[in-house]
Amino acid sequence: MAPEASPRTSPEVGGMGHSIKRKEDPRFIRGQGTYVDDVSLPGMLHLDIVRSPYAHAKITKIDTAKALAVPGVLAVITGHDLAKYNLHWMPTLMSDTQMVLPVDKVMYQAQEVAAVLATDRYTAADGVDAVEVQYEPLPVVVDPRKALEPGAPVLRTDKKDKRDNHIWHWEWGDRAATDRAFREAAVTVKEDIYLPRIHVASIETCGCVASFDKVTGKLTVWMTTQAPHVIRTVFALVAGHVGLEEHKIRIVSPDIGGGFGGKVPVYPGYVIAVAASVLTGKPVKWIEDRMENLQADSFARDYHITAELAATKDGKLTALRIKTLADHGYADAAANPSKFPAGLFHICTGSYDLKAAHVEVDGAYTNKPPGGIAYRCSFRVTEAVHTIERMADLMAHQLGMDPAEFRLKNFVQPEQFPYKSALGWEYDSGNYAGALRKAMDRVGYGVLRREQAEKRARGELMGIGISSFTEIVGAGPSKHFDILGLKMFDSCEIRIHPTGRAIARFGTKSQGQGHETTYAQILAEELGIPAAHIQVEEGDTDTAPYGLGTYASRSTPVAGAAAAVAARKIRDKARQIAAHLLEAAPEDLVWEPGKFSVKGAPGRSKTIQEIAFAAYTNHPQGMEAGLEAVSYYDPPNLTYPFGSYIAVVDIDKGTGEVKVRRFVAVDDCGNIINPMIVDGQIHGGLTMGLAPALYEEISYDDAGNVRGGSFVDYLLPTAVETPRWETDKTVTPSPHHPLGAKGVGESATVGAPAAIANAVVDALWHLGVRHVDIPITPAKVWKLLRTHGVSE
Amino acid sequence: MRVNLTINGERREADVEPRLLLVHLIREVLRLTGTHIGCDTTHCGACTVLLDGRPVKSCTLFAVQADGRSVMTVEGLEQDGKLHPVQDGFMQEHGLQCGYCTPGMLMTSYALLRSHPQPSEDEIRRAISGNLCRCTGYVNIVKSIQHAAARLADGGA
Repeated sequence: MAPEASPRTSPEVGGMGHSIKRKEDPRFIRGQGTYVDDVSLPGMLHLDIVRSPYAHAKITKIDTAKALAVPGVLAVITGHDLAKYNLHWMPTLMSDTQMVLPVDKVMYQAQEVAAVLATDRYTAADGVDAVEVQYEPLPVVVDPRKALEPGAPVLRTDKKDKRDNHIWHWEWGDRAATDRAFREAAVTVKEDIYLPRIHVASIETCGCVASFDKVTGKLTVWMTTQAPHVIRTVFALVAGHVGLEEHKIRIVSPDIGGGFGGKVPVYPGYVIAVAASVLTGKPVKWIEDRMENLQADSFARDYHITAELAATKDGKLTALRIKTLADHGYADAAANPSKFPAGLFHICTGSYDLKAAHVEVDGAYTNKPPGGIAYRCSFRVTEAVHTIERMADLMAHQLGMDPAEFRLKNFVQPEQFPYKSALGWEYDSGNYAGALRKAMDRVGYGVLRREQAEKRARGELMGIGISSFTEIVGAGPSKHFDILGLKMFDSCEIRIHPTGRAIARFGTKSQGQGHETTYAQILAEELGIPAAHIQVEEGDTDTAPYGLGTYASRSTPVAGAAAAVAARKIRDKARQIAAHLLEAAPEDLVWEPGKFSVKGAPGRSKTIQEIAFAAYTNHPQGMEAGLEAVSYYDPPNLTYPFGSYIAVVDIDKGTGEVKVRRFVAVDDCGNIINPMIVDGQIHGGLTMGLAPALYEEISYDDAGNVRGGSFVDYLLPTAVETPRWETDKTVTPSPHHPLGAKGVGESATVGAPAAIANAVVDALWHLGVRHVDIPITPAKVWKLLRTHGVSE
Repeated sequence: MRVNLTINGERREADVEPRLLLVHLIREVLRLTGTHIGCDTTHCGACTVLLDGRPVKSCTLFAVQADGRSVMTVEGLEQDGKLHPVQDGFMQEHGLQCGYCTPGMLMTSYALLRSHPQPSEDEIRRAISGNLCRCTGYVNIVKSIQHAAARLADGGA
């Protein structure tokens, strides 16, 4: 492992490696952020939505008379109104379709049925209560396995030739080689693993303010979106035929109160608000409440996985085989790169050197909300990591090997990088044993194992769980990665002003990650201009260069790289200007952050600020004035952050409660821009790993009624349940990223659940417990204990 | 109905519907948008303000219940251009990311430090357990409050 480099720039410049304080914070700690619901325009109307109490029903009548009689209610919009403009259905990012408002039937509980437009939010809610809808209930399909059985009611009757509820079949890898490896294997393990439906539940819900100017024909939409440019294009594609062309659409993504993937899709509420504003010529605000957010917005996961792992008798892994059923609800509204219906699930060989692997996924329709998106995760990577890490532990236990020793034996070794995985990915760099050994030292692995043995002898339940994950982030190379054909590049545009200050704009959009700070640090690193002198802006499609947005940990790998490349273009021009000022040949100049000097004559130099001034006042003849650059960066590969996590849990035999006593996380995200921010990202990610491991699930009863549809029963961890995270790092730079950096925002969410689940099974293995699905609730554990002969 | 209240030291009055929630009075009538809304069920705490010095969830009170009383919001923390130590603590210890829960978290922290100037970590965690944060994992929020407690003990603001 390379020793950690000290920062190249001074703290005043604040380039990479400095924990500078965030530029965002002064406004947030004063309550001066501007979130969508803070946008208030003169004459603004409010939209509220009538939602279905049924999971599947025919709509026989929508009576709007009483609603329209409420003083202040201006209109009730139904699917029939939108159908006049062919706007009652819209495409999903996965080339499926979903309803904006229904004309004949509803497909899940809480689906949008009609929308009420009123002068204020209370009146709009009164209007919603007064809309009378008659339903005729239809048979409900909740279980995706039942959905695929012959004779199951066909849900998507809107699709002419659809005769079943199967959406797609996708497979990857070498089936024959994998089957052969399994036939020849000395030891195999098999397990059914369910990763339940969960919800990102950012503390700010979704919403927008749509404002159509009838005179100029321009639509401005302030909205909670992680991908404003893509949204603009999607709006133009969906509504171009009614006159909304792309040059007449401006999307503004203001301060965003957490995204985590939930603010990537286009939800019906946005479209209805836009339609209402275009029709009335007035600004229209739609802000969903928490229950709407949990019950109707895109869910994550809902993967029913059957996994098998094969090994030699001395514990060398040989092959992995996975079959998965993906419950997408009534529409495949996932937010994946278009070529990959199961996202990057085929990263599922993880950190291990497997010779063969094969993975199959089938998508199914059910009477649930459409999805699924990521939950702070790069396109199904948590599903992949959870599977391989649970299976690795199962195999280790089966073989009677220590799970750490087993992992060390099977890791891809440092000298194997760049490593081509059995499923075709080229891992850029890694030192998996280095991270695991560091985590083991930090947690005191040997001592804990001895403590566990002593406790077990006394009948106490304690477990130690490891997760050595490999992430795959930074989508992605244009050869394979696009969304609706839009290649997944990202962008940075820099302008250096005459006084040496700068503005930089990006195609991404921070939702709390701190881009205003970290992007400025990248530019400070590359240009020597203090980060404090660089204004970073994102989220306004009228000013920012086109980009695919922030999700899947792609900001640093893609837009961060664009920042470095654009800065280097500026440096190239700056060299020419410096040569002119110093009367030297450009190739005789040496760059150090912030200035060019003449080789061998360090006293003869020009600072970047002097060069910037000259770019506008004294530039060489034949050269254009100004100091600007733009980069649309197409990454040559993805980046592969990794880490090893160790969880220590104690289980209360009386209540079944799992207490996470310690949690050590060693992460490697390559070179680090701001250590403070990286640590904060990991803390947050770990907490969003703890959450589904122990608490969060959205389930449905047989009638399709949602359970977990409010914060009463969808349990986010509070400060009381959340452990005191212990973080550490190793640094293995990415060889292809201009800064040697990798993404980090989601590593911990991806890696943490398996460590906790493995710790719980580790605590219970001697009782005969082989697996437990997350969330590992007290009730689930209590039942397991009782069925495995443990009394209080 | 008329509501008279003191907000951040300033006397204000408004004519409101009896059903208007206090949070909507603050945000939409008085236009102090630092106080946020994150749920419908009094769980998330993004709307926390102080009512006569005690932290309350302003989404679960009617505006008229604040009549004749004193409300303090995040906008009232900074005095004479000087940040309150609790605000500075959150900045120094990276106690916020998206910033959405932050105003509520700050108000709860402020109230805690008034009643418990030197809280233990456990007391801090319990005090903020009615304020949900989805970004930070709470570790740095705890540190932020400890940072503020130390500053206040040193006589800072």
